[in-house]
Amino acid sequence: MISARLLGRTGTIFLAIVLAVAVLVPMSNLLLPVGSPLHVPDYMMPLLGKYLCYALLALSVDLVWGYAGILSLGHGAFFALGGYAMGMYLMRQIGTRGVYANPVLPDFMVFLNWKELPWYWWGFDHFPFAALMVLAAPGLLAFVFGWFAFRSRVTGVYLSIITQAMTFALLLAFFRNDMGFGGNNGLTDFKDILGFPVQAQGTRAALFALSALALAGGFLLCRFIVTSKLGKVLVAIRDAESRTRFIGYRVENYKLFVWTVSAMLAGLAGALYVPQVGIINPSEFAPANSIETVIWVAVGGRGTLAGAALGGVVVNAGKTWFTGMLPELWLFALGALFVLVTLFLPKGILGTFTEWWTGRRRPAVAEIEDEDGVARAIDSRGAPVPAE
Amino acid sequence: MVLRNFPAIAFALCLIVLGAGSARADAYTDALARFAADSYSETEAAIEGVAASGHPLAAEVVSALQAGRLLVRAADRAVFIRDPAGGLKDARTGEATTANAADLKAVRLNNRVRRAADAAMGQLTLRAPDPRRRIEAAAAVFKSRDAGALAAIESAIAAEQDPGVLRAFREARASIALAKPDASAADQVAAVEVLRAKGDRDALALLRQIPPSAPDEVRGLAQLAASSIESRLALLQRAQDVAYGVSLGSVLLLAAIGLAITFGVMGVINMAHGEMVMLGAYTTFMVQEVIRTRFPELFGASLFIALPLAFLVAGAVGVLIEHSVIRFLYGRPLETLLATWGISLILQQAVRSIFGAQNREVGTPAWMSGSVDLWGLTLTWNRIVIVLFATAVFVALLVALKHTSLGLQIRAVTQNRRMAGAMGIRTDWVDAMTFGLGSGVAGIAGVALSQIDNVSPNLGQGYIIDSFLVVVFGGVGNLWGTLVGAMSIGIANKLLEPVAGAVLGKILLLVAVILFIQKRPRGLFALKGRFVEA
Amino acid sequence: MQTTTTPSLLYLDAVSVVFDGFRALNNLSLAIDQHEMRAIIGPNGAGKTTMMDVITGKTRPTSGQASFEGGKYDLTKLDEASIAQLGIGRKFQTPTVFEMHTVEDNLRLALKADRRAVPTLFWRESRAERERVDSLLERIRLKDHRARKAAELSHGQKQWLEIGMLLAQEPKLLLVDEPAAGMTDQETADTADLLREIARTRAVVVVEHDMVFVRDLGVKVTCLHEGSVLAEGPLDQVSANERVIEVYLGR
Repeated sequence: MISARLLGRTGTIFLAIVLAVAVLVPMSNLLLPVGSPLHVPDYMMPLLGKYLCYALLALSVDLVWGYAGILSLGHGAFFALGGYAMGMYLMRQIGTRGVYANPVLPDFMVFLNWKELPWYWWGFDHFPFAALMVLAAPGLLAFVFGWFAFRSRVTGVYLSIITQAMTFALLLAFFRNDMGFGGNNGLTDFKDILGFPVQAQGTRAALFALSALALAGGFLLCRFIVTSKLGKVLVAIRDAESRTRFIGYRVENYKLFVWTVSAMLAGLAGALYVPQVGIINPSEFAPANSIETVIWVAVGGRGTLAGAALGGVVVNAGKTWFTGMLPELWLFALGALFVLVTLFLPKGILGTFTEWWTGRRRPAVAEIEDEDGVARAIDSRGAPVPAE
Repeated sequence: MVLRNFPAIAFALCLIVLGAGSARADAYTDALARFAADSYSETEAAIEGVAASGHPLAAEVVSALQAGRLLVRAADRAVFIRDPAGGLKDARTGEATTANAADLKAVRLNNRVRRAADAAMGQLTLRAPDPRRRIEAAAAVFKSRDAGALAAIESAIAAEQDPGVLRAFREARASIALAKPDASAADQVAAVEVLRAKGDRDALALLRQIPPSAPDEVRGLAQLAASSIESRLALLQRAQDVAYGVSLGSVLLLAAIGLAITFGVMGVINMAHGEMVMLGAYTTFMVQEVIRTRFPELFGASLFIALPLAFLVAGAVGVLIEHSVIRFLYGRPLETLLATWGISLILQQAVRSIFGAQNREVGTPAWMSGSVDLWGLTLTWNRIVIVLFATAVFVALLVALKHTSLGLQIRAVTQNRRMAGAMGIRTDWVDAMTFGLGSGVAGIAGVALSQIDNVSPNLGQGYIIDSFLVVVFGGVGNLWGTLVGAMSIGIANKLLEPVAGAVLGKILLLVAVILFIQKRPRGLFALKGRFVEA
Repeated sequence: MQTTTTPSLLYLDAVSVVFDGFRALNNLSLAIDQHEMRAIIGPNGAGKTTMMDVITGKTRPTSGQASFEGGKYDLTKLDEASIAQLGIGRKFQTPTVFEMHTVEDNLRLALKADRRAVPTLFWRESRAERERVDSLLERIRLKDHRARKAAELSHGQKQWLEIGMLLAQEPKLLLVDEPAAGMTDQETADTADLLREIARTRAVVVVEHDMVFVRDLGVKVTCLHEGSVLAEGPLDQVSANERVIEVYLGR
C-alpha cells in the first residue's frame, strides 16, 4: 500500500521512529520496573504526549506554509477549537461528580446560574459526536474564513495578519463567561474518557500511543497530499500564484482544500492534547502561541513535514528544560531562535541536513543571482551551464 | 408636610426681601431652640424658622445640619456648630466656645429633614454675592421644587443682572411651576418652554413627571418637549461616544503611524513595533524617576523632556534592528515577520529583567489632569492633549515626508526602489533612516500612551494587532489612509461599545475589518498603478 | 448577449480600461481569426500588456466587450482560471515557470486535464499523458533536462519551457509577450520557427518590440498607441504609415 514514493527516505525513517515510539514508550512505562534506566516515569508520559500533539500541530502548519505558502498566524485557533470540542465531551463525562453534582450542567454553568444546557453543548455527551466536532468545528471555521480570504485573493502578510486577528477575536470571545465555554478558567477537572479515568497510568499510555498514531496518520495524509499532483499545484501556487491561475487552476479552491485539511489536523492535535494536559482555556487562542508554532516549523525545516514535526518536539523539549532550569532566559532563547533560524538556518534542521547529505554525494551546483534577479545555474567551475 | 408651612415661609421671605429684619434675632433664637426638641417635625420647623429669620448665621446652621455637624446640649437646649476641623461655635452668637463632648448630640436627620434643609439652603443663598453660589442655590430649589421658595425666586429674578444666574433662577421657577397644582396654564406653558431650553436629564425627568391633573395643553407640550430633549440627549450621547472614539482613534493613530512608515515605505512587517512604543513609555518612566529624585520642580515639563529622548532611544534601537537583522531579510516579508517577533520577545524579556514585570508608575503633570465640559460633553485633559499631540505628530510627519530631503528620498524609494537606487539614492541608508524614523515615532507614541495605559513589559503587545489592522485597513503606504483607518476603527469601536458591550464590540470590529480586508485587500487608500504588484 | 455572431476566435469591441483617470486602453477593437498569427507592436505604454490582461481576465474592462469563439463566451465575466480552461494560454514577458519543480513536472502541471482539486488529488499519469510529455520535451528541446529543476535552466530554456507549458494546455489561442527578449540571435530565430509551427494549428498573438523578429514572423501587424489601434496590415505597410513613424520616432 505505502509506496516508497509516498514516503521518501526521510519519511520512512520518520514513520519508523514514530511507530516505534508509539509502541516502545508506553511499553516501557507500563512493563519495565521503576528503577530500570529505560523506564519512562509516569510524570513524563503526558509531557511526551504533549510534544507529539505539538508535532502534529506543526505538521498541519507546515502543510499550508511549507507547501502552499500560506503563513498562518492563527493555527492555534484550530488547535484550541479541537481542544474545546474534546473538553466539552470530557466535561459532560464528569456528570454528578462535579462540585455542584449537577447531572447535566458543568460546574461553571451552575455557578453562573444557568438553568439548562445551551444548544451548542447538545450531543457532546456522545463520544462519536464530539469526535466529529473535533474535526468539524475547526474545519468549518477554516472553510468559512478561507472561503472569504482566498476568494478575495488576500495573500502574504495580509493574510497572516488577518489570521492573527481571527485567533485574537476568538481569544476575546472565549474569555467571556456568557459564551458558555467556562470563560477565563476554561474547561478542566476532567474525570473519564470513554469510561477510563484520565489520570490512570493505562489511560495515559493509551493516549500517548494514540497521539503517536495520529501523528503517523497525519504524516501519511500530508505526504499523500504533497506528493500528489495537487501537492505540485500547491507548490506552484506558492512559487508563482498568478502563473498557476493562467494555466487554468482555480487557486482559491486548492488553497481552501489544504487550509481546511490543515485546520482539521490542528483540531485533532488539540483534541489529543486536552485529556493529556487536563485543561483547555482561552489562552490557547493567544496569537503568541500560534506564532510560536510557526517557529517550530521553521526550526525543523519548512516544507519537509518530518522536519516540522521534529521542530515541534525539539523546541518544546527545549522549552521544558529552559523553563525548569532558567525560566528568566526562556524568552531570550525563544526570541533568539526566531532571529537566528530566519537569518542563518532558512531551511531548518532537516532541510539543511538533507541538503548537506545529498550535496556530499553530488557535485555542487550553486545558484547565483544575476542582475535581473533571475537565478542562473552554474556548475562548480563557475561556467554557465550551456544552453542547448 | 412641608406644604403646610408655605404661608409661613413665604411670609418670612417677604420680610427678608423687604428688608424688614427688626425681629430677626428673636425669630432666629426661637427657631434655633426647636432643634433641641429631638423630633423630626420640630427640626423641620426649626429649619424653616432659621431660614426665614434671615440671620447671618442661618446658612451656616443649615449647612452644618446637613453635614451632621449641628449639635445640641439637651440640658440647656443650647445649639452648637462644629466646624469641619473640630472646633465648636455657639450657634446663637457665632463665637467660639467649648463644651463637654459627652453632653453633645448631633441633630438627627431623616429624608424629609434633609429635603427641608436643602430647600432652605436654596433660599438662603439665592441672594449670595457670589454668582456661583446663587446658581447652586437655584439648582437646590430646582431640585426641591418647594413652592414656598417661589416668592423668593420671583424677587431674585427681578433683582438679578447676571444672565447665567437668571437662567438658573428661571429654570428653578419653571420647576416649581410645573409641580404646583394651582399654577396658571400660561405659567406652566412658559415653564415647559424653559425646561425644553434647559434640555438635560433633570429637565427631562420633570417633564416626564407632569401630574395628570395638569391641563392637556401643558401635558401635550411637555410631551413634545420631552421627546425633543430625549433626541437631543441621544445625540449628545452619540457625540460623547464619538469624542471617546476620536480619542481612541488618536491613540491608535499614534501607535500605528510609525508602522505606516516602516510597513508602508519598506514593506517591513515589524512585529517589534509595539515594543518600540513600550521603550518610549519606559523612557518616560526613567525621565520622571530622575526628575523626582533630582529636580522635582521640573516635573511639569517631564513629558517634554521625555519626548526627544524616547524618539532617540526607540529610533536607535530601530536602526540597530534594521542593521543587524531586517537588512538581511528584505524581500522576504514572512521571514521578517518571524524575526521581528523574536526581537519583540527579547525586548520584552529584557525590560522585564531590568524593570520587573509589574506596572511602573508614570505620573501625570498637573496641566494634564482634570476635565472640561463642552456643550454638555465631558472631556478629560489628558485625552484632549493626546488628540492634539497625535494631530501634531501626524502633521509633522506629513510635512517631513513632503518637504525634507529624507522625505523625498523615502518617497522615491517607496514608489520605485530600483529607480531610486539607479538615481544615486543610497537605498540602504534610506532604509535604516526610515526604520529609525518609524521606530522613533513609535517611541514618541509611548510617551503619550504612558499617560493612559499601564507601563508594563506587555504594553506593546496590546497595540500590535490593532496597529496592523489600522495600517492595513487604511491602505499601506499612505499616511492619510492611516489617519482615516485609525479614526474609523476608534470611533466605530466606541459607537459599538454601548450597543454590544466592550468585548463583543471589539470582536465585531475585528470581524468587520477582516471582512473589509477581504473586500479590498489593499485597504481604503491603496497605491495604484504598475509597481504595486512588484 | 451578443446579437451579431462574429466568425472571429477572439473579438475585442471598443474596450476601454481606466486606472485612476489614466486610459490604459481607449476604445480598442481587435479581431483574431482561427489559426491566425498576429504581431502586436507599439511603444511603451501603448497598452499591449493591459490588452493581454483584459483577454486573460486579470483586468476587467471599464467598458466594451471581449468575447471568445464567435461570441460564445464573454471574457469580461470570467476569471483567469476559467479563461485558461477555455483555451487561452499566456506567456509572460519574463519567463515564469515553476522554479522548484522539475522540467517534467512543469509540463505535467500544464497538461490539459481536469483542473478541479479532488480529481487533481487522485490523479495518476496515463500512458497517453506520458507520451504527450515526452513529445513536448522533444519539441522544446529539453529532453535531456527533464529531471532538472526549472530554476537551473538558462533564460532561453525557461522561455522555451514556458512555451512548452502553453502547448501542453492545448489552447486555441496563445498570447505571447516578447518571446525574444533576452535571447541570442540563434534562439530568436528558433523561437520564430517554433511560433510559426504552432500557428498552423492555433491562433497566436505575439507582442514584440524586436522588429527583426516581427519581420521574421512575416504576419499581419497591429500597431497600438495610447490604448487604441493606430494601424493594421502587413509590416511594410504599417511601418510606412506616417503616424506610426511619428509615434516611434516621437516627432
